[in-house]
Amino acid sequence: MLLEANTVLAAEDLTVELGGLPVLRGVTISVRAGEAVALLGGNGSGKSTLVRTLLGLLPHKRGTVRLFGTPLHDFADWSHIGYVPQRSPALLGGSKVKEIVAAGRLAHRKHFRPLSRADRDAVRSATALVGLSEQLNADIAALSGGQQQRVLIARALAGQPDLLVLDEPTSGVDLEHQRALAEVLAQLLSAGTSVLVVLHEVGPLRSLIDRAIVLTDGRVAHDGPLGDLGQHHRWLGGHEQLDHDQSASHDHDKGSESLLGGAIEP
Amino acid sequence: MIEILTYPFMQRALIAALLTGLIAPAIGTYIVQRRLSLLGDGLGHVALAGVGLALLTGTAPIPIAVVACVAGAVVVEVLRQRGKATGDVGLAILFYGGLAAGVFLSGISGVGAGGLAQYLFGSLTTVTTNDLKLIAVLAIVILVITFGLAPQLYAVSTDEEFARTLGLRVRLYNIAVVSLAAITVALAMRTVGLLLVSALMVVPVAAARNLVRGFTAALIGAVAIGAVTALGGAAASFYANAAPGAFIVLLAIAVFLLSWPISYLLRRRRTAAVLPELVDDDELVAPHTVTESHPHRHAPGCGHPAVKHGDHTDFIHEGHRHAAHADHYDEH
Repeated sequence: MLLEANTVLAAEDLTVELGGLPVLRGVTISVRAGEAVALLGGNGSGKSTLVRTLLGLLPHKRGTVRLFGTPLHDFADWSHIGYVPQRSPALLGGSKVKEIVAAGRLAHRKHFRPLSRADRDAVRSATALVGLSEQLNADIAALSGGQQQRVLIARALAGQPDLLVLDEPTSGVDLEHQRALAEVLAQLLSAGTSVLVVLHEVGPLRSLIDRAIVLTDGRVAHDGPLGDLGQHHRWLGGHEQLDHDQSASHDHDKGSESLLGGAIEP
Repeated sequence: MIEILTYPFMQRALIAALLTGLIAPAIGTYIVQRRLSLLGDGLGHVALAGVGLALLTGTAPIPIAVVACVAGAVVVEVLRQRGKATGDVGLAILFYGGLAAGVFLSGISGVGAGGLAQYLFGSLTTVTTNDLKLIAVLAIVILVITFGLAPQLYAVSTDEEFARTLGLRVRLYNIAVVSLAAITVALAMRTVGLLLVSALMVVPVAAARNLVRGFTAALIGAVAIGAVTALGGAAASFYANAAPGAFIVLLAIAVFLLSWPISYLLRRRRTAAVLPELVDDDELVAPHTVTESHPHRHAPGCGHPAVKHGDHTDFIHEGHRHAAHADHYDEH
């Protein structure tokens, strides 16, 4: 694969085995600067395994990963990367929202130094961006599931990353939160941030996505614009023939149905 | 001056108790956060092997126990990191091996298992000047690290994977945390004792978590509770002429039990004061919520689905529904 100068993330021939079973079989993908790439696929297709491997959280058996042009094992400047995991033990309680978000600044901080003004500002603006300014001092356990998901996003944003990697940020989150997430991502993209987002369905993020990569059984089954999904169009979610507003309303998410149902009954 | 402060051995014992009361909850906060609350108990068993060795060789027990305990802690952590300690069997073998070795070594040294009791439950009269020097130096190291590196240790103890994506050397921090816990356990043998030190690492933390909100506040609260209960327990044991460990731990548990009703009262007051903050604003739509900005004017045939709603028409627009009201739109 040709490495372009503006490639922020590149994986080549990535093979990962978990418990002796192959999960990824020769995956080659890349994300260019400023690009929004959706990683789609069914349960067990290897989406989460792929992003976790790209970030060095899982070992790979074969292949190479480069972050900002540097091989993964030599990569040191993690302040470029913002990771939003699907779940986090941080949500189990015992922390204030601002403590969790401030952890996202650690790639910028030196040992034995208190939070700087820049750190505090970054925590405040990241929390404001996801609409949780009022909850800065709340216990994380007191927040709803959707709000907790936004705390994890704010934590990644506090590091002011150039590449944001999100693992199913819309799963189990109602349509309102999905739309709020779309707004946040739109702002980041317009500021030049690159985004790699694992999705079960594209849903409300559709208009933001530049390119979709579909994984099937640990292999790349599609890599191209959303419009060319062809046989993989089911990952779009919603109904393609409807316009943007309405397709968003037709999301299969349970929460969105109750939201819409509540809205239609007088 | 109060009577107990006139005895040099009690001065040493009280300083040792205070330092133990400070460091045990300080490192315990991270141990509890990592959900390793019983680690301290296991490490106490390993420390006994060090005590046995010291009795056999006739040397000071604390330094040897520190070394044995840190070695055991590092072995446990490395096993865990390699995914080999998941079944707990490896830990059990290590911990009970340490206990058995301690009893065996003390037996062949001629002291016998009964001689170990003072190390298991603490003994005020046994704190030597050299012990106190070692405890003071190591306590300062532990406090500097647990408070100075609090942001890093918090991140690693709370969400290991995320910490790795921050570029933090997670394995090193984890080994540091268990090593500091091991040192704390060994240092505590004179005051709370090896069998009860784990309680002083966990109970003040649990109490503080009931009383205050947030990790940093809980860390400070736990250290304060630990210091007070350790000092109070050590002093009480002098008058009762019993092992200090029992008093210290019972006092800590009393604080923990009291923290329940206190936290209930605090929470009630807090909830009353900050109710709007805790309300889930995302699912709640107030009867008269004004749409913030809305340049588009809805009318029949404007393209947005229209729904009849009492005396007016609502328009469905990006998943929410609103109607014209005077110069703005209301959310319905």
